[in-house]
Amino acid sequence: MPAINLSKAAREPGQASRVFDLAEMSLRELNQALHDLAPGSNETAWEVLHPRGSHSVAVGVDQPVAIDVRGSVGYYCGGMNDGGTITVHGSAGPGVGENMMSGQIVVKGDASQYAGATGRGGLLVIQGNASSRCGISMKGIDIVVHGNIGHMSAFMAQSGNLVVLGDAGDALGDSIYEARLFVRGKVESLGADCIAKEMRPEHLELLQGLLDRAGVTGVKAAEFKRYGSARTLYNFNIDNADAY
Amino acid sequence: MCGIVGLFLKDKSLEPQLGAMLSEMLISLSDRGPDSAGIAIYGAPSSEAKITIQSAKPERDFRGLDAELAKAIGAPVSIAAKSTHAVVRTMPAKIDEAREAVQTLRPDVRIMGAGDVVEIYKEVGLPEAVVDRFGVREMTGTHGIGHTRMATESAVTTMGAHPFSTGADQCLVHNGSLSNHNNVRRELIREGMTFETENDTEVAAAYLSSQMAHGKNLGEALEGTLSDLDGFFTFVVGTKNGFGVVRDPIACKPAVMAETDQYVAFGSEYRALTKLPGIDNAKVWEPEPATVYFWEH
Repeated sequence: MPAINLSKAAREPGQASRVFDLAEMSLRELNQALHDLAPGSNETAWEVLHPRGSHSVAVGVDQPVAIDVRGSVGYYCGGMNDGGTITVHGSAGPGVGENMMSGQIVVKGDASQYAGATGRGGLLVIQGNASSRCGISMKGIDIVVHGNIGHMSAFMAQSGNLVVLGDAGDALGDSIYEARLFVRGKVESLGADCIAKEMRPEHLELLQGLLDRAGVTGVKAAEFKRYGSARTLYNFNIDNADAY
Repeated sequence: MCGIVGLFLKDKSLEPQLGAMLSEMLISLSDRGPDSAGIAIYGAPSSEAKITIQSAKPERDFRGLDAELAKAIGAPVSIAAKSTHAVVRTMPAKIDEAREAVQTLRPDVRIMGAGDVVEIYKEVGLPEAVVDRFGVREMTGTHGIGHTRMATESAVTTMGAHPFSTGADQCLVHNGSLSNHNNVRRELIREGMTFETENDTEVAAAYLSSQMAHGKNLGEALEGTLSDLDGFFTFVVGTKNGFGVVRDPIACKPAVMAETDQYVAFGSEYRALTKLPGIDNAKVWEPEPATVYFWEH
């Protein structure tokens, strides 16, 4: 997938974006208008003003529109996004991009807990730091965090890629399945069954592609370490019977 | 759920607006906890100490109480009633005696808190109704904390609402639930602490009061919660001249902080901070798990 200039995506020359000022209109009106978009609609550029920490901004978008949110949002921004390109020009509260299916979400600031939780597809980029439980139970989403991530990130992560340019907190990848974790900085500790793995050429190539898509420059794939599942928790081990 | 807020002013010119700012912060979190709300305001120091009292029958209980208390303790006493609450003022040396006398003269009256500067107002109802009822918006002060409650661990009553105050000018609001509060309460009772409720948060407040009574400062006392209290918590704590925040190591209860040259602010969510002056250029961050933050004047 080619790199996209996210803030300008889908904005044709001369085409005005549709502006929703949440200081004057309700969140329900915004989300309903987004849900009412017919396939192939020409209203592909949207701007949301004064979100002031509102919950559920641009949840359930299912058309390939570009939405610029001018400020910080609360819980679940861009949840279930399926094809939208959502840019938060601020920070995001808990659960940004939860269960994203496809499309892209870029958070210019920080993200709170469980960013990208259970996400099945698409790309989530956090340009600041993400908090605890980033990518928990991820199921195919790609997440790129420019800063650090908190504890218990990628807990039970099933598939997809989590890329962290900074450091990771405690218990990274606890009980992980087949997601791939790439961390450039320090990992405070690894969770149960998560181990450091060899970075093979196909991983370097995959990682470079993710960095390119996320607009990361000046950082080489070779600077990262790869972590993943040791696969020792996949089957019940009789030697562990005493632990229960 | 539950929503908590805190505001610690650095800029004295904001002090006349403390009540209004804190009220707005709390009201913005109303849907995090609709059953009761409370606020503690640390006002300007004066030559008198204060006890905030509450009654289900304020007309009956507050009438004539000033004269009766003055007679009982042998010192001048004034009372300012606000709806179900009243602030009793007397000379600091007589404050413990006054507290005992209130309980003897009016057994149905509940003590919300006492100290040199703190006033505490809490009732069943939405934050907006509670701040209107007590005129919180008009209150001046240096710092304050507030809470809007979705009850989990004990009954929806005035006494189950936060803030909880268990020591002079000390109070605490809590989002979360503690699992070892019965054990800790028993230990604190053995030490001589008294409890008004079965509530888990009151135990956290009393734990901090006990630690500070043993000579620890606010930061050290908050540090102790990380090893001695089990459960989910984000605590925001006020003392006479201090303001502190701590989250448990799991940190699943949300928290956002903002700091400028004028103030330090805490909210369960960013929504609570959006109307603060200069918020767009404030340092805004999520407090780290198992990390103590505190400020003192």
